[in-house]
Amino acid sequence: MYSECRSHFTRALRITVVLMLVAGCEREERQLDPPPVKPDPRAQAAALSDFQPGKQGPGMRMLAAAGGYHEQSAYEVAQGKQLYRWFNCVGCHAQGGGAIGPALMDDNWLYGKSADAIFTSIVEGRPNGMPAFRGRIPEQQVWQLVAYVRSMSGLVPSGAEPNRSEGLLGAPPENLRDAQRPDEKH
Amino acid sequence: MSEVLAPGGPQAAHIAQLWWLMLAICAFVFIAVTLALGCAVLRARRATSETAPESPSTSGEKRVGLWVKAAAALSMLLLVILLGASVMTDRALARLPLDDALVVHVTANQWWWDVVYEDAQPDREFRTANELYLPTGRPVIVKLDARDVIHSFWIPSLTGKKDLLPGRTTTIQFRADKAGEYRAPCAEFCGLQHAFMTLDVVALAPASFDAWADAHRAPAATPSDPMELRGRELFVSGSCMLCHAILGTSANARSGPDLTHVASRAHLASVLPNTPVALAAWITDPQVAKPGANMPAHFLADADMRALLAYLGTLR
Amino acid sequence: MSTDLEALRDGGGWDSVVAPLLDRTWRDKPGFIAWLCTVDHKAIGRRFVFTAALFFFAAGVMGGLMRHQLAEPDNSLLGPDFYNQLFTMHGTTMMFLFAVPMMQGMSVYLIPLMVGTRNTAFPRMAACSYWIYLFGGLTLFIAFAFNTGADAGWFAYVPLAGPQYGIGRRADFWNMLVNFTEATGLMVAVDIATVILKMRAPGMSLQRMPLFVWASLVTSIMIIFAMPTVMFGANLVQMDRSAGTHFFNPAEGGDVLLWQHLFWFFGHPEVYFIFIPGLGFVSEIIPTFARRPMFGYDAVVLSMIATGFLSFGLWVHHMFATNLPELGKSFFTAMSFMIAIPTAVQMFCWIATLWTGRLNLRSPLLFVLGGFIVLLIGGLTGVMVGSVPLDLQVHDTYFVVAHLHYVLIGGALFPLMAAFYYWFPKVTGRLMNERIARWQFALFFIGVNATFFPMHELGLNGMPRRIYTYAVETGWGTLNMAATIGAFIVDLSMLMFVIDAVRSFLRGQRAGANPWGASTLEWSTSSPPPPFNFIALPVVSSRDPVWSRNEGAPTHVSGLQTSTREGLVTTVLDAIPDVRYEYPAPTIWPLVAAAFIILWLVWSIFSLQGALWGMIPPAIAFIAWFWPRRDETAQGAAVEKRP
Repeated sequence: MYSECRSHFTRALRITVVLMLVAGCEREERQLDPPPVKPDPRAQAAALSDFQPGKQGPGMRMLAAAGGYHEQSAYEVAQGKQLYRWFNCVGCHAQGGGAIGPALMDDNWLYGKSADAIFTSIVEGRPNGMPAFRGRIPEQQVWQLVAYVRSMSGLVPSGAEPNRSEGLLGAPPENLRDAQRPDEKH
Repeated sequence: MSEVLAPGGPQAAHIAQLWWLMLAICAFVFIAVTLALGCAVLRARRATSETAPESPSTSGEKRVGLWVKAAAALSMLLLVILLGASVMTDRALARLPLDDALVVHVTANQWWWDVVYEDAQPDREFRTANELYLPTGRPVIVKLDARDVIHSFWIPSLTGKKDLLPGRTTTIQFRADKAGEYRAPCAEFCGLQHAFMTLDVVALAPASFDAWADAHRAPAATPSDPMELRGRELFVSGSCMLCHAILGTSANARSGPDLTHVASRAHLASVLPNTPVALAAWITDPQVAKPGANMPAHFLADADMRALLAYLGTLR
Repeated sequence: MSTDLEALRDGGGWDSVVAPLLDRTWRDKPGFIAWLCTVDHKAIGRRFVFTAALFFFAAGVMGGLMRHQLAEPDNSLLGPDFYNQLFTMHGTTMMFLFAVPMMQGMSVYLIPLMVGTRNTAFPRMAACSYWIYLFGGLTLFIAFAFNTGADAGWFAYVPLAGPQYGIGRRADFWNMLVNFTEATGLMVAVDIATVILKMRAPGMSLQRMPLFVWASLVTSIMIIFAMPTVMFGANLVQMDRSAGTHFFNPAEGGDVLLWQHLFWFFGHPEVYFIFIPGLGFVSEIIPTFARRPMFGYDAVVLSMIATGFLSFGLWVHHMFATNLPELGKSFFTAMSFMIAIPTAVQMFCWIATLWTGRLNLRSPLLFVLGGFIVLLIGGLTGVMVGSVPLDLQVHDTYFVVAHLHYVLIGGALFPLMAAFYYWFPKVTGRLMNERIARWQFALFFIGVNATFFPMHELGLNGMPRRIYTYAVETGWGTLNMAATIGAFIVDLSMLMFVIDAVRSFLRGQRAGANPWGASTLEWSTSSPPPPFNFIALPVVSSRDPVWSRNEGAPTHVSGLQTSTREGLVTTVLDAIPDVRYEYPAPTIWPLVAAAFIILWLVWSIFSLQGALWGMIPPAIAFIAWFWPRRDETAQGAAVEKRP
């Protein structure tokens, strides 16, 4: 009985170690030069207006599974965090608590929390003021923003979450947020 | 030119003078001590592990002791001289006359330099990136800020370095007396592309500098050629405007380098020569030349790329 | 009962009774577990040295890769991310995992033998410190293997190593490595300082201590003052990263320069932890090979102490490019110049010893002489970079890379190699090959100068540090290629060294107790020394005990137990016998405690809960470690004499 427990334990330990190590590989990956995505004519199709209704538009693709999305890479999430500031997402969504736009760091998702849904929100825009950034933000950077938005609610692997930002403290650091109650600090 | 010992201005010249003095004294000490060591080794009688150890005579020890004390005293004297020279050089550096100084505000980013020429009249201020043009014979005060991590501002032929520290504004003062092109590499490790974060420094005669400044003060002209217009359209309605600014268009972002007069620069992103071929390659995929740079790849159709290049080529 | 040194060594009469008894008490039991449990300072010292040598070669390979990348302009052998990890790991490994542990390991091995006692003061703590060092170093390298090697430079400036720009877990592992290596360093420093101050052979007053013992004492006390600072700083950074504190966040009241102060307050003395033992090695080897005692013993001792003390006043010379007040910076210039004086005094005393001695030009002395020249160049460029205005030009360029390698190689690596050739016969009982040593020395000397001398010019030509490649227009290609060729020569010499060491270990000529005719106590026992070091603890009546002693003075201690691990504690100043001391027996708990400490700190990288709950296993291990054993207490009570 004891030896059985021990062999289960050893196996569990081995699996854990392997998982940890594998997770380590992915967390630290920095794909500085990802392979170019073949331009999809549907995605590049000019939008009729800058504000699209919130349904599946002609450019919508299920691409997270196709390999452009890396939420387990800390580098991608960190780049997304930088872009969140640079592209002025802060202007409507503040540091995640929302202002004109809805809060992004709570667990209330108007259009779904999957990577594809958030991708669509950014690329297609949504009713009530979310602009469509198709053609403005290159796809690789949209995926980085998606990863960051998900990290704001604690939905990315813990190794990939950003730490506190330099600068005035606007919101609790992402790595300290509870996935169930992301707008509170542990 | 980027040599410490080929100074193009008074700050670097003071330091170069100190260098030569230090080199002379250190070379003298090196030769003297090596000679002493060499003589000691060559003239000593030989022994083996079995040779009986001896306690030397007290008078002999006293005599050798005098030599050691003399050598120590001479070392102290030379160090005091060097300390004096060092402090005097420091004072000379701090006493650069600053009348009618040009004030420039440099902000370091990962991995590019944002350069703003300040002016008493705010509407005469203008901005450029990755280049610093200076008038010869006129002192420059550079205010240094860092937007992200620690960088360091250093023009080897003109001045010593000063760190750019987040949370602090540091300053450095110098003057270029010799016209020419200088190279200012970032001198504090700042991440993936620290190697390619160089500021192109150009010192011009004051009249030429004023002409350059006037040209750079002006916004980008509206192009007349349809291809150039199409290029501008692509710039402003595409992804470029999210990071870059061109004065005279609606592109007004500050996360990336200002491109109002990009065509007049010697280098692109400190890593490529400023030619159309290089520019096309850069826009298509910056990661090839500068892996880790914050600019993403853009895959433009051929016609679009040609139009964009045509427009950017007008931004002198 | 006191008999002649020679008779004791050769073993006759009394020794044939005593030696086997001591052997039974002191020799480790056979078997792998007993090997893990050892508290023999010689075993622990050998392990430190061997492990540090392995880390040295690993870091050397990294350096070689860097030189390959830099040999040509616009080279694409290595990308920037891997290159950043390489130079960070190279520096971190060399400074934290090779240089200080190597010097400490040599001290752990040599000091008890040199001061004439049977073991260090806290053998189990020494064992624990080795395991923390090994497991901690391995943790860093395992992280490196999984693309999580530290990449912010060996001094990890914030904000680059901070929470926002230090992406992933790389900087976390670096912070924990600092914890591990500093814990190790502190433990060994306390152990060495105690054995030197309290367990010297009777009669070995402070003025009669060998110079390497003085060097180890000064280094140990410096370590105790300096290492806590960097541990503290690294843990502040870790708290910023993991717990969202703002120590280094200017917007919320922190300061970026705080890290630089905390690090360099440790960082500057750190290079002296490496340099002063090197000075100690040279001060032992020169008298032996000049067949006379060191000239100016008092001056050399006072210089070592002065160097140690002054080294705490230099740290801002690493920060001359910041916007600290200029007058304050000049103070640190003055201090940096001042520290050259005690070093110069030592060097002049060495020359004086050589001048008035009779020279035995064997390999240890060759390495000392070569190191002297290299150290001289390094020290002189050190005076140059110590001056504020000149440093503002050469700071963070290859000029500084040249300077630091010249002082570390000349002041530590050459003396270390000399020490290897010198003490190899004592540790292994075999001599190294003298001819190969000369060739190896020549290659090493030429290679070091060929690699690092061109870097002075590169720095003056504007080449910054830590760049993964450079444009062809800079014109730096030729000198970089020359440096790479030099590195290749150094690699060749190191290969020769390893081959010679292995061959000599297996088949070298046997050495007697004192092949060099040296004067310190370790040469009065067999090669290699028995587990109990000396059959009878020596009593010392002169500065060079093997060469001379006072006629009529006692020569050995008698009356200590042979059935238990008993030693002698003496007074600090004059080493008068004071107390009988019971050394602790071997145990597995230091290893277990070390393993749990590593697990605790690594767990805390990944989870704040881990930082809290992970403390429990090490606590249990420490309780088990210190739990008194009935038989040991009974033994102690049995021999206690009540007044």
